[in-house]
Amino acid sequence: MNQLIIDLEITTDVTGPLATLAEFLAADQKPSAVLIDSDEDIESIKEFAATLSVIALNFPSFLDGRAYSSANLLRREYGYKGELRAVGDIRIDQLEQMARCGFNAFQLADGQNIEQGLERLQGFSFSYQPAFNREPLFRARAS
Amino acid sequence: MYVYDEYDQKMVDERVAQYRDQTNRFLAGKLPAEEFQHLRLRNGLYIQRLAPMLRIAVPYGLMSSRQLRKLAYITRHFDRGYAHLTTRQNVQLNWPLLEEVPDILEELASVEMHAIQSSGNCIRNVTSDQYAGVAQDEIEDSRPWAEIIRQWSTFHPEFNWLPRKFKIAVSSATQDRAAVQVHDIGVRILNNDGVTRFEILAGGGLGRTPVIAPVIRQNLEPKHLLTYLEAILRVYNRYGRRDNKYKARIKILVRAMTPAVFAEKVDAEWQTLKDGVGTLTDTEISRVKGHFTIPPYETLDDHVPEIDDRIADNSGFSNWLKQNVKPHKQAGYAIVNLALKQTGIPPGDITDKQLETVADLADEFSFGEARVTHEQNLTLADVPKRSLFSLWQALVSAELATPNLGLLTDIICCPGGDYCSLANAKSIPVAEAIQRQFDDLDSLHVLGDLDLNISGCMNACGHHHVGNIGILGVDKKGKEFYQVSIGGSGFEDASLAKILGPSFARNEIPDVIQKLVNVHLDKREGAERFLDTYRRIGIDPYKQAVYTS
Ligand code: HEM
Ligand code: SF4
Repeated sequence: MNQLIIDLEITTDVTGPLATLAEFLAADQKPSAVLIDSDEDIESIKEFAATLSVIALNFPSFLDGRAYSSANLLRREYGYKGELRAVGDIRIDQLEQMARCGFNAFQLADGQNIEQGLERLQGFSFSYQPAFNREPLFRARAS
Repeated sequence: MYVYDEYDQKMVDERVAQYRDQTNRFLAGKLPAEEFQHLRLRNGLYIQRLAPMLRIAVPYGLMSSRQLRKLAYITRHFDRGYAHLTTRQNVQLNWPLLEEVPDILEELASVEMHAIQSSGNCIRNVTSDQYAGVAQDEIEDSRPWAEIIRQWSTFHPEFNWLPRKFKIAVSSATQDRAAVQVHDIGVRILNNDGVTRFEILAGGGLGRTPVIAPVIRQNLEPKHLLTYLEAILRVYNRYGRRDNKYKARIKILVRAMTPAVFAEKVDAEWQTLKDGVGTLTDTEISRVKGHFTIPPYETLDDHVPEIDDRIADNSGFSNWLKQNVKPHKQAGYAIVNLALKQTGIPPGDITDKQLETVADLADEFSFGEARVTHEQNLTLADVPKRSLFSLWQALVSAELATPNLGLLTDIICCPGGDYCSLANAKSIPVAEAIQRQFDDLDSLHVLGDLDLNISGCMNACGHHHVGNIGILGVDKKGKEFYQVSIGGSGFEDASLAKILGPSFARNEIPDVIQKLVNVHLDKREGAERFLDTYRRIGIDPYKQAVYTS
């Protein structure tokens, strides 16, 4: 059974299948869900960001941090509002960072405990730096 | 110094809990070793040859006496009664138990300290000038800016899994005591017609491929500091190489793109961030600056006649005064350096008792603060001149008064083969052999300023590339050998040392250094520094002396 965390809930109600980036770019009728790997250029979907409803970013390894920056670009610069899903080698200790970059959906790697993941997703009480839906702490401090 | 508010405290407390959870899961077999490795590294815990090694972050090297006492306590209760100061102004423990690290972190958190991001492929502890706030040649105190960068980089969600480690240094004086040109990012604080501006360097570094960083941005307004750094990091995180860890540092990316193209890319990214929420507010800048106010100096005469009397009849005191004490911007005060380079003790090592002594002396003589320097020494930055003699006496009793700051025996040295599993060769015994060879203080003083740096392998933790004399441990068919290079500098006149020639066996090294020094003494003009003589006459005379006799 394919379980995901979406918006802080564990669910099996998952949108799929996902087009690969190549399929997406080649299609005349653009699919609404796409999977982008960490070495693929996020800028190539900039113009479609408003029409997509699911973007999944792949982490081939938990050490590969590129998709965090892709998430930032999607949310902050491209104005993407849909589901942003982390897929691949997703480990529970990194969910909090992903969420602060704008991911709201997580498909954990095999063997990860999804309940524990949900607990750890909330993470730190503050964010020193600007993050998704969060002003940097120095602005909160001042108010 | 910066004092945590409830937010900062909560962040480190939450980090302790998070790390304790990770350690517990690892010990219970629920977190695979290959994953825990990267989680513990982001908390400064290496597993080395003999034991784990914990690197405690000391932001820009600044510590209070309370923190020093806590470190002393920690080394006594959790380690073997000593600590090691590093070239990035941090403190390392060589023998902690993995199981006890969460408890150590809890102790640290109780005095506003931590080990956050002190290793791993993330933004490391930010370093700065050890004389910040007191140097005569300073433009503006660099510590508030370093603190602002520290907070911004702490738990940065996007930049915790970079291609490789990332080091930022800030300097703000004519003399560069923070080695900004050999950092991934160097921030130079300048004064352009009365206003503060930053010059940003990117893509410097040591390691296998040493590079002096190019300037990629001039005249940056202070409020844009963090958004500009964010732009650099994002470009690096997206485009830095991940296929080969030796080519993963930002220096390789900047070089491959060329500094001009890299700067353009950063600028394009920055345009999307500029004036956004990450832009520093005046309120925040003044809040942080408010923690680095001028201490309550007394109005004192700059000339202290008693000192002259003491100098006349005490050569120990006068040597120390000449070498380890530096001018202060406040009349009647001095900067005092404690060189942790006593022969027979690994460079940068300090015992629990000495830490406590330094804490007491800081309380008595220097507003309760001390600083770690990137030369692996300590500084008491605000000592009234009239107290210099009593301070010196106390330092002599604590074996902290070695008067060799900046001299040949003030060696920067990595842990090397005694501790480090990456080492090709030992480095600590080489430092000691050199110190034994050059045990005559008067000749050392005659020789003048000379930086000698030793690394046990090409990762260059001992900064050998920027030593006036650099020694590098190499492996030749399973045997320890040492390559010697000369002419490096890590200061404002930064340059990379050139290799002299074939490497030497360990027992040959003191003699090789002696020959290099002899060339210098022979060829120098007046009181010329080793580096300047070398720059004037070139490498050949040194080669000849070393290889043809
Ligand atoms: C014993 C455990 C240590 C290990 C395993 C270790 C490992 C490394 C490695 C692999 C590099 C090269 C990174 C690169 O170029 O990408 C490096 C660089 C460096 N390390 Fe260490 N290190 C250790 C201890 C230390 C200590 C004790 C110090 C300070 C005394 C230190 C300071 C540095 C510095 C300053 C650099 C150069 C930074 C640069 O390449 O730009 N390290 N270390
Ligand atoms: S230079 Fe090499 S031997 Fe020395 S500490 Fe670094 S990695 Fe270890």
